[in-house]
Amino acid sequence: MRFNVNGCDHDLEADLRTSLLDLLREHLQLTGTKKGCDQGACGACTVLVDGMRINACLALAVQYQGRAITTIEGLAPDGELHPLQRAFIEHDGFQCGYCTPGQLCSAVAMVHEVERGLPSAVTADLAAQHVNLDHDELRERMSGNLCRCGAYNGIAAAITELFGMKRTQA
Amino acid sequence: MRMFDYVRADDASAALRLASQSPAAKYLGGGTNLVDLMRERVERPDMLVDVTGLDRSIEVRDDGSLRIGAAATNTALAEHRAVREGFPLLARAILDGASGQIRNMATVGGNILQRTRCLYFYDDAARCNKRTPGSGCDAINGFNRMHAILGASAHCVATHPSDMCVALAALDAIIHLQGPAGTRSVKLVDLHRLPDDRPDIETVLQAGELIVAVEVPALPWARRSAYRKVRDRASYAFALFSVAAALDLTKDGAVRSARVALGGVAHKPWRATRAEAALRGKPANEESFHAAAEAELRDAVGLGHNGFKIDLAQRTLASVLADLAEIRP
Repeated sequence: MRFNVNGCDHDLEADLRTSLLDLLREHLQLTGTKKGCDQGACGACTVLVDGMRINACLALAVQYQGRAITTIEGLAPDGELHPLQRAFIEHDGFQCGYCTPGQLCSAVAMVHEVERGLPSAVTADLAAQHVNLDHDELRERMSGNLCRCGAYNGIAAAITELFGMKRTQA
Repeated sequence: MRMFDYVRADDASAALRLASQSPAAKYLGGGTNLVDLMRERVERPDMLVDVTGLDRSIEVRDDGSLRIGAAATNTALAEHRAVREGFPLLARAILDGASGQIRNMATVGGNILQRTRCLYFYDDAARCNKRTPGSGCDAINGFNRMHAILGASAHCVATHPSDMCVALAALDAIIHLQGPAGTRSVKLVDLHRLPDDRPDIETVLQAGELIVAVEVPALPWARRSAYRKVRDRASYAFALFSVAAALDLTKDGAVRSARVALGGVAHKPWRATRAEAALRGKPANEESFHAAAEAELRDAVGLGHNGFKIDLAQRTLASVLADLAEIRP
């Protein structure tokens, strides 16, 4: 199987049953992506595929050959923290840190969804051209990422600091 | 997880041909339910035919109807401008389901064919007539807060988990199928079965049949429509109860026609035909809406932990109708 992860191609043999999450962690040693529930309930395994966020635990790796996969390692490729990572530190957006890579990947893709005008369950006017990433929108859009430490206020503050002014571009 | 072969189909005919190679083959969409069920050994296919490369187009026809390729993602359908403007109940239902990540993965066809989230269905230490026909049902006397109040049987009280399907039921959606015997179309409300004595048979699909497209007939007055979901947390949870509704009102404030479907109450998306009949021709007021809700829930039966759903359903349904009619108490 051939995969493109964080801009690098990898040819490797893997059991067809391998999830994208296990492929990343066990075959490519990209252990930044975390295994929480392994059943799509927690979001700790969130990665980007062609810029779109998905749960790697529910993804059979074989389906994602030839796609551009980005993990948390790919958000900070040269060892320099992504601005959102710095904001998480600034705002105490974590305690144990286990959900953090998933939160970060999810938030980065979520902001692109806002920019292109994708509505959410709390968007008042579905037909509106523009969505503003306000408090309610942020919490609804990040609801697929759980934090058992309850660092939600810090997470929301960090995302708001960096992306709070984001709205759908004209 | 049982070992399987994997093949990717380029079109529906190829998918059918590939799936015909094994009676235990399964079509694979985004995998958000099937992969989980395979891991739990509830599903044990020996071949997966990946159909995510099939038709994912969303076509708006001149008459205002929609044709949705079954491989379209949930996100793509909810994002489509024609859905957001013309069928808000459908966009809202999809956006009320799952999480952003899962909606990006899940296909429309897979959403329709997802299986119940009854915990006893997943737990192989429990008895479940859906997983192991004839073994019994541990939900009936178990923790059944999430379970059915309409159309259940002594064999199964599971609910269908989809939000999208509730809106599609209200919209009279038509499911286009392709199978070994050719093509056919089934109304969504006739696709899923009630459990009766065979809860393991969930749809009228024949062996090897594939959902290729969903058609949503034109309904100009669906612009006045809503989806409301009641659940145990504010987001990312399955429905205790949900309602999709659209109202067509006359100039003098009577209900010309109504579309109502309910989720979280039955083994299938529940088209509320009694409520619709009760509303027709009535003044659009609280009294009519409560009467319609009562009529729909008249035969509802609670199981012990879910009896609250009967009141909840009536009040929520009446409230959604009042909101649509812009009646403020």
